[in-house]
Amino acid sequence: MQDVRLALEPFDPVAEIAAFNARHSHAGGIVTFLGQVRDSGGVEALELQHYAPMTLPGMEELARITQARWPVEGLMIVHRSGVMYPGDAIVLVCAAARHRRDAFAAADFAMDHLKSESWFWKREKTAKGWRWIEPRPEDRQDLSRWG
Amino acid sequence: MARLVFMGRLEDVAGTGEMSVAPGPVEQVLAALDPALAVQLLGEKVRMALNGQLLTDMGGVTLGQGDELAFLPPVSGG
Repeated sequence: MQDVRLALEPFDPVAEIAAFNARHSHAGGIVTFLGQVRDSGGVEALELQHYAPMTLPGMEELARITQARWPVEGLMIVHRSGVMYPGDAIVLVCAAARHRRDAFAAADFAMDHLKSESWFWKREKTAKGWRWIEPRPEDRQDLSRWG
Repeated sequence: MARLVFMGRLEDVAGTGEMSVAPGPVEQVLAALDPALAVQLLGEKVRMALNGQLLTDMGGVTLGQGDELAFLPPVSGG
C-alpha cells in the first residue's frame, strides 16, 4: 500500500506520522524520516519548485520501485513544493515492514532517490538573495550505493 | 502556439518560467531565442521533456500546436 503526495501547502508531520502508524498497527517496525529546513547557516527561506506533468508521477514510480525491492507493508512519501521557512517540513518518508531492516532500507532508498533523482529544483534565500542549489557529489555517491 | 517551460536556474536565465513560441522544428525554435539563453538550454546537463515525456534526443523533434517542451536542469530535492 502506498500513499504518495505532493504538498503545495505546509503539512503537519506529527499528524501524518500518527495516522500512518495507526494504519500499520500490524507492522513489526516503522521507520520514519523527516527532512526539514534547517534553522542555521543564515538561510531565511527555501523554495522547492516542481514540474506538474512529471514530479508526482515520478514519485509514484519511485514508491512502486521501492515496494518491489523490499517487502514493505506500507510506504508513505509526502514532499513539499513551494516556499518554506526554517523548521518547516520538506519531506516525510514512512516505511512499515514486518522486520526493521526492510523498513530502514526502503526509507533510505526512497530518500536517496528523492534527493537526487526526483523532479524538484531547490533554491535558498540568505541575506545575499536567492541562490539555486545544485546537487552535491555526495548525493550522487549516495545514489550509487543502490546499484 | 507551442510552449517552452524553464525550470530551476533556467527560469532566471530566461527571465520567465514559460514562453509561447511558434510551432516548428526545435532547432528552428531555439535559433529564434536569445543566443545566451539558447546556449544554456543546450547545456549537457539539461534534459528535455516533451509533454511530460523525457526526450533522449531532441534531433528531429518538431513542436506542434499546444505542445509543451520543458528544459530541466540538474534536480535537487529533499
